[in-house]
Amino acid sequence: MDAIIQMMANAPLLSIIIFLPLVGAILITLMNPAKSHRIKWFAFWVSIATFLISLFLLAGSGGFEKFSHIEQYTWLPQIGVSYHIGVDGISLWLVLLSTFLLPISILSSFSAIRKREKEYYILLLLMGFALTGTFVALDLVLFFLFWESVLIPMYLLIGIWGSGRRIYAATKFVLYTVVGSFFMLLAIIGLYVYSGSFGPGTFDFIYLRSHIAPPELQTWLFLAFFLAFAIKVPLFPFHTWLADAHTEAPTAGSVLLAAVLLKMGGYGFIRFCLTLFPDASVWAAPWIMGLAVISIIYGALVCAAQTDLKRLIALSSVAHMGFVMLGIFSFANTSIGQVGATIQMVSHGITTGALFLLVGVIYERRHTREIAQFGGLASVMPQYYNVFLITMLASVGLPALNGFVGEFLILLGAFRADWALGGLATFGVVLAAVYLLTMFRRVFHGECTKPENQKLLDLNVRELVYLVPLVLLMLWIGLYPKPYLSVIKPAVDRSVRAVMRIASGSVEYARSGEKAATALAQVLSEDTPGGDG
Amino acid sequence: MEPIVAYSLVLSAVLFTMGVLAVLARRNPIIMFMGIELMLNAANLAFIAFSRHLDKLDGQVIALIFMAVAAAEVAIGLAIIVSIYRYRRDVDVDAVNVLRG
Amino acid sequence: MDYIYLAIALPLLGVLVNGFFGRRMPRKAVGTIASLVILGSFVVSLVAFLGYLAAEGGTHTVTLLPWLSLPPLEISYGFLVDGLSLVMALTVSFVSFLIHVYSMGYMADDDGYPRYFTYLNLFVAMMLTLVLADNLVLMFVGWEGVGLCSYLLIGFWYKKAAPPVAGIKAFIVNRIGDFAFLIGMFLIFWLYGTFSFTELRQSVETVALAGHFPLTLIALFLFGGAIGKSAQFPLYVWLPDAMEGPTPVSALIHAATMVTAGVYMVSRMSFLYSMTEVAMLVVACVGAFTAIFAASIALVQNDIKRVLAYSTISQLGYMFLAAGVGAYWIAIFHLFTHAFFKALLFLASGSVIHGMRGEMDMRKMGGLAKYMPHTYWHFLIGAMSISGIPLLAGFFSKDQILFAAFTARPDIWPNAGMVLWIVGVVTALFTAFYMFRQIYLVFLTKPRFDVAEIHPHEAPASMIAPNWVLAIGSVVAGFIGLPALFAGIIHIPNMFQPFVASAVAGGVHVAEAAHGAQELFKEVLTTSISVVVALLGLGLAFYLYQVRYGTTEKLKKAFAAPYRVLLNKYYVDEFYDNTFVQPGRVLCEQLSRVVDLGVIDGVVNSIAFVIGAVGQVLRPIQTGFIRNYAWYISAGAILLVILLWLGLAAK
Repeated sequence: MDAIIQMMANAPLLSIIIFLPLVGAILITLMNPAKSHRIKWFAFWVSIATFLISLFLLAGSGGFEKFSHIEQYTWLPQIGVSYHIGVDGISLWLVLLSTFLLPISILSSFSAIRKREKEYYILLLLMGFALTGTFVALDLVLFFLFWESVLIPMYLLIGIWGSGRRIYAATKFVLYTVVGSFFMLLAIIGLYVYSGSFGPGTFDFIYLRSHIAPPELQTWLFLAFFLAFAIKVPLFPFHTWLADAHTEAPTAGSVLLAAVLLKMGGYGFIRFCLTLFPDASVWAAPWIMGLAVISIIYGALVCAAQTDLKRLIALSSVAHMGFVMLGIFSFANTSIGQVGATIQMVSHGITTGALFLLVGVIYERRHTREIAQFGGLASVMPQYYNVFLITMLASVGLPALNGFVGEFLILLGAFRADWALGGLATFGVVLAAVYLLTMFRRVFHGECTKPENQKLLDLNVRELVYLVPLVLLMLWIGLYPKPYLSVIKPAVDRSVRAVMRIASGSVEYARSGEKAATALAQVLSEDTPGGDG
Repeated sequence: MEPIVAYSLVLSAVLFTMGVLAVLARRNPIIMFMGIELMLNAANLAFIAFSRHLDKLDGQVIALIFMAVAAAEVAIGLAIIVSIYRYRRDVDVDAVNVLRG
Repeated sequence: MDYIYLAIALPLLGVLVNGFFGRRMPRKAVGTIASLVILGSFVVSLVAFLGYLAAEGGTHTVTLLPWLSLPPLEISYGFLVDGLSLVMALTVSFVSFLIHVYSMGYMADDDGYPRYFTYLNLFVAMMLTLVLADNLVLMFVGWEGVGLCSYLLIGFWYKKAAPPVAGIKAFIVNRIGDFAFLIGMFLIFWLYGTFSFTELRQSVETVALAGHFPLTLIALFLFGGAIGKSAQFPLYVWLPDAMEGPTPVSALIHAATMVTAGVYMVSRMSFLYSMTEVAMLVVACVGAFTAIFAASIALVQNDIKRVLAYSTISQLGYMFLAAGVGAYWIAIFHLFTHAFFKALLFLASGSVIHGMRGEMDMRKMGGLAKYMPHTYWHFLIGAMSISGIPLLAGFFSKDQILFAAFTARPDIWPNAGMVLWIVGVVTALFTAFYMFRQIYLVFLTKPRFDVAEIHPHEAPASMIAPNWVLAIGSVVAGFIGLPALFAGIIHIPNMFQPFVASAVAGGVHVAEAAHGAQELFKEVLTTSISVVVALLGLGLAFYLYQVRYGTTEKLKKAFAAPYRVLLNKYYVDEFYDNTFVQPGRVLCEQLSRVVDLGVIDGVVNSIAFVIGAVGQVLRPIQTGFIRNYAWYISAGAILLVILLWLGLAAK
């Protein structure tokens, strides 16, 4: 066993994790579309293999404060693009989250997807490829490439296998995101041009973060990145794509959308915006915190008015991701908010993923998502009721379940940064209970009056197999988050150190911009003699 | 300018005009296609002529690339024409407007 | 006792066993396991208690595992063993055990038997977490946990319409309090950098903050949480509705344990409250107001459980009154005695409902003493105890609260003590009246139902036995904390006070001071007045419902308007509904329809529409005819050449 771990530790693990699903997808293209059974299981085992391999990331590496498992190969040396990947405490759990949810979403599709199954599983595996790549890319061009390539499979998943207004939803999703990405591309090129002004132009993140742009330039670049990430998160008022896309997507699509895709935005902020544009981040923090609080309150209020189960859960993500944004931008002399935001991203992925899976279960049986069509399911489907109850409570943020850990840390940090906004956001905790509990009552409680509901089948083995691990994770993170936090904390600290120095005033910047930029560059290069790894 | 270069350029211009006229005037896609090929090769000829005139190899390289591209283009173009013919039993380009906006 | 966490672990074990295998096990086994684990908790607490007594100053903390460890934030699974937490743990586990036993009989025919006991065990685990936690955040786990169990148990009969709604109401109103509690916690952390009670106490007592304002703010925000959890005005509205749950649940959660969490929290944080007179006064005033407010509602209610619910709110008000005047140990003492007699009253009322086939309206009862003698005695003992009939448990504790209020002299409002005392005395009058009104209406007046049809019957032994234990407790529990006056006469020293007082702050005006002659005189005075008032209430009930049975109808007509206000509970529920719930609903719908779909999506869709419209205009250019395109290209090329030519010519 040790030998295997040793071997895996030396292997180019990250590349394997990224490309294994791609290879799987290519192999499926060669398979006979009529033999859907074989295709399903093949896709499933490929994703399971990816997940198991990704677990080796945890072993054989000393901490995740710095980037580990770094791989760097020159790719387009003429313009300073390289294949540069690595993982640290911030991205580690997000990578594992996406490799973990991929088999689950494949498993959940077995009976739900009946048409064009071959193409479906190819696209799901491609999603896995692109998502993991996004979280580990350390070169901005590579990052942009993965970032955009997530869109294609998701566009097709929604457009082909979606329900109702799927074409509208898919188009809206892509257009919204592409508008943001366009500005991000401009900013990436801007960074390249800037880096070219004093040395060889590069897109390399590690290099760029020790050569911070002057504050005025930062502001513009930050705004461009902000737009791309804010749309992805999504932050009010850029959230309307989300409700349609989540609602119309097939279950697995909604799961990946909510659980992993939204995290790309949060991850982008904490990885790129805070590190590359610390001054601009501090400058923008009050505004973004304000928007985050609006997202929290507004998202919760809008949720309360929904009649469609899936739409309600989709919009609840606006509120929950509002917490993440609040945490990321709560700058004080502590990183509690940012650590909370990182763990909250993982928690939200698990909880909301599970909620979408649960809605998928009932949608598959009844082919409706109207809350009014249900009622009294508790007595018909007791196991379903129990799993839904725990998941719902995790989403409410009940202590001892995963949602609480993140929300508590975020609010603690936010309260420090700005007591008024932190206090307002705390009220979101009350509102979350209002809409989730009301929804839960309308679906599960009362007399089961509709005859078509009375014969619904309870969870089957396959459904339990993919739901129970999620529930266990909710309990684990809720009861003993130490393994997660101890990995996240050093990396986040490192990532936000520069920002915290500005926020706490120990770097005197406001008076002379140039001086601050150099001072910061020194601060960062002290820690990174010759880059990480 | 060497005479041979000048002659080549004149020939290239004549060939190109013939190609343009073929594309504009004829309705048979095969003939139009030949017109396009004619234009491409006229351009090739001009490249090679200038290559000689400037004494650089770049022009010849581009001509070679052009030939490869043209070959690919012919393959696809002919395939399209054949499938249109199979579908409609008719290849009059003025009758085909499937791509109307 | 370093195994104190077993007190929590055992009920959790019960949750796991009953939760996973409950439906496949015989009912007897489910109930027995559930009761036994609680008994285990009690034994663990008892052993810890004895160990604490044996070791001088045995206050200590037991730390199991880190939970949220993010320096400087350090929160662990740590448990604090001191006088206060032991008293609470003993009370909670003992009363819970009796209620578990009672439930085995009460719920015997219910479909959700395993589910019920799973929730009940989870509740006890959470309550014990709440009282044993050594830091605020772990306490908050229990705090929210009991709220969750309350939600689950109130909505236990989920097939009916009302219980789930009541459950949600309880959870959300509690959460509003928790919102304030969370903010209080954040303030504490950023001012003192710790959540641990022990460290916090040291910091608060040694580090002087600039001014008392932050302390007051913290105290008030924390008290906001207590208002929600302990059903004080204005967040008490969930408790009466919570009576939709099974009656043992009402006894356990809504009388004996969960609602006392707020009182416990204020006592636990007494070192902080004692530093700020403003907050103390607010606590006392809210408590006193709630006490009289709820008692006045209880005067006219007709539902047997609803009277008890308002009575609980009122008694909790007493506890806060005591805490607010600095008599923390008395607040805990009243909590302790109240746990016995209120659990007894609820369980007895459960027996009545059980024997009356689910009837809860007291107007349709009467004369039940004949059919259920045991239950009658239980109810009577409970009623006497809560009304403050001398020498019963409730008498001693309530009397000391009133005395503490009487002698309180806060600096900012010197006469506050007197006002609070008057309010307390009037409440005591109300209490005695509504309790005996209930006794008469339920047990003593002529039957107002069809005896032949309903066949009222006594509860089974499994329900009677725990009630007798509670009844004995309601009689004798007061003797461990006798006031100085009686301690001198009966020669039983006050054991309760020194035990708890070591854990709470010294307080401002506790009656612990050496009783001089004047003090003793005051005590005699207040005690006599309490006794007179209790008897007065009893007598009034006797007069109205026994001597002049039927007078009440005339009174109702004579005072129609006030009667209607009281019967409708001051229209508070309606007020909340009209001011918060309905407008909130409209706001949500409008936000969703107008802002989300209208404005934001409208902008997005109109941008898309404009782009599409431009495309429509340009569309005819694409004819689809290849030769048209060829002409475009040629024309373009020629144009380009001409432009170049002109450009060159211009040069």
